[in-house]
Amino acid sequence: MTERNNAQDPWPEPAPLGHTVSDAPFDPYSVERVSPEQERYYLATQWQLMWWKLKRHRLAVWSGVFLLVLYGSIFFSELLAPYGLDTRHTDSLYHPPQAVHLFHEGEFVGPFVYGTTSKFDLKDFQWEHAVDRTKIERIRFFCFGDTYEYFGLFEASFHLFCPSEDGKLFLLGTDRLGRDVLSRIIYGARISLTVGLFGILISFAIGIVIGGLAGYYGGWVDNVSQRLIEIIRSFPELPLWMALSAALPVTWSPILIYFGITIILGLLDWTGLARAVRSKLLALREEDFTTAAVLMGAKPSRVIGRHLVPNFMSHLIASATLSIPHMILGETALSFLGLGLRPPITSWGVLLVEAQNINVVALYPWLMLPVVPVILTILAFNFLGDGLRDAADPYKNA
Amino acid sequence: MLIYCARRIMVMIPTLVAISILVFIIIQLPPGDYLTTYIAELQAQGEQVAQGKIEFLRKQYGLDKPYWEQYLLWFGGMLTGDFGYSFEYDLPVSEVVGDRLYLTFLLSFSTILFTWAVAFPIGIYSATHQYSWGDHGLTFLGFLGLATPNFLLALVLLYIGKVYFGTSIGGLMDPKYLQEPMSWGKFLSILEHLWVPVIVIGTSGTAAMIRRLRANLLDELQKQYVVTARAKGLPRIKVLTKYPLRMALNPFIADIGNLLPQVVSGAAIVSLVLSLPTTGPMLVEALRSQDMYLAGSFLMFLAVLTVAGVLLSDLALAALDPRIRLGAGSEH
Repeated sequence: MTERNNAQDPWPEPAPLGHTVSDAPFDPYSVERVSPEQERYYLATQWQLMWWKLKRHRLAVWSGVFLLVLYGSIFFSELLAPYGLDTRHTDSLYHPPQAVHLFHEGEFVGPFVYGTTSKFDLKDFQWEHAVDRTKIERIRFFCFGDTYEYFGLFEASFHLFCPSEDGKLFLLGTDRLGRDVLSRIIYGARISLTVGLFGILISFAIGIVIGGLAGYYGGWVDNVSQRLIEIIRSFPELPLWMALSAALPVTWSPILIYFGITIILGLLDWTGLARAVRSKLLALREEDFTTAAVLMGAKPSRVIGRHLVPNFMSHLIASATLSIPHMILGETALSFLGLGLRPPITSWGVLLVEAQNINVVALYPWLMLPVVPVILTILAFNFLGDGLRDAADPYKNA
Repeated sequence: MLIYCARRIMVMIPTLVAISILVFIIIQLPPGDYLTTYIAELQAQGEQVAQGKIEFLRKQYGLDKPYWEQYLLWFGGMLTGDFGYSFEYDLPVSEVVGDRLYLTFLLSFSTILFTWAVAFPIGIYSATHQYSWGDHGLTFLGFLGLATPNFLLALVLLYIGKVYFGTSIGGLMDPKYLQEPMSWGKFLSILEHLWVPVIVIGTSGTAAMIRRLRANLLDELQKQYVVTARAKGLPRIKVLTKYPLRMALNPFIADIGNLLPQVVSGAAIVSLVLSLPTTGPMLVEALRSQDMYLAGSFLMFLAVLTVAGVLLSDLALAALDPRIRLGAGSEH
């Protein structure tokens, strides 16, 4: 104290502040008011929140768009493919892919391919396809070519693009029987992409029912289903798939086999889903709203279906997205082994049967091209699934 | 620990019994049996089959008995080392199978080692260099491995091996060793041929492993004890290896349960393409010709391999992590 009162005070006492009063009218709700931005966020539904979160995951969005386009294409396979599924070109077996050119000798002609002359080399027993640089075969767009039956409804022959009149167009080459690989890949998408969807529907149904019962009732139901899941999981998948699809009667029609395969794929896939459902239900059935629903006399099926499952539907969808590629690969592998789909049903796996030996890799590598859409689809599903999984938790790091 | 082991092994027995029932149902699923196929084949060749002979064969193979009796015979036989009779080869199953079981085991085991060896450094790198170019690149590579169908990768590697290295890498050993007993030379030859299937099968599992290790390690690295350790001036590498890495290692062992069925599955199809003398190709053959006891034995063997692998991983995990063995039995 004494030191402060010394003659030279370096820190003089500040002068008292003037009395100030805000002129603005008093608004008791100012704290509670939210900006439109915040309001939008607070009022958003769960799905909206998920969508906003997903939008930030660029790769996932693009993968989703890619998959939408791919799945959209299966409605227009006939239009997109330049040739029919089984159109054979007996004079161009094992024709290599043709390159699309725009300029001929410095002159702009528009998209075209050079014609080829094919002959069978009797010395090497191989087809030779020599490119003829003088023959210009312009690709036609929005044109009429091979006739097809659009979904068995009506006949048409309109295509997005076709070869020139009496010319050939094999952008991805032809196979052993002279069938256009590109067209077959486009048609194959129809089967390969839907196998996963149907499979996942089945596995979803089984997974939710069994997981739901186990989680809701607990006790011995839970125990039995848990053991069952453990047993199925401890089985290596592919040999089991193989065994089951070998059990499909040979006399079945290809379309029945197709459904048989999807059922088999779905039958073994539900275990992971059932586990997820069960563990969520175990937690949620203790919540107040469940008790309320039960007390109001809701049946178990309604409690599970209406009140519990929607709580984690987003998670289920994310995990389903991650298991579709698994099924697509499974179908591809089974068909490749000759235990899955059979011609005339054409999936990417069936196409790959052509690429079964090393000769193909050496001589006709383009027959392996059906693997490209397989890889792209699976990557896209994985990225999308990852994005969805992050987005399924909209409040995490929101 | 002993109690945990005992309990774990006790749980395994009903699982195996249930699996054997499942296998038996599956091999009985196709309509008819081997004899109907066989008879149809003979008739297609224009041969007459006497009814008496069919009855005799049916009786001899026990195909006339009710299913449950057939199952008990089959299961009982397996316990005493009698795996039944292969119709196709006209030999006891155990003789047909021969080396294939060991080679399958060898292949699966090496694949898991390979998966670890690759996933471990990459996972650590990805976690410590999160969002770097290396992380993105390696993650993408892992995804690519996940998305490529195994059998096609096998074909391409086969081709590359043939063209650029001049070795035939199909099969699991040099043809000259095929009929020979195990020797040093044969062992080396197997090692030489093993890498292709191991890489091919390993690719799909590696990606999942990398991502899991990365996620786990990232979780650990954000914890406060790591910050403390860093603040105290511990070198980066020491902080990493001392605690977070050990925590993140658990899933490596716990994951065998998921990895093993996957590896066995992958091995089945890759073996077909590379014509490896493992169980895969013969299983497919047996399934096609309804050689049910042969197929059944293979399925059973694969399942037992998986169950045993899961058991070992559980035991190893319990040995490593006291929380697991103490909390054993209580699921929630």
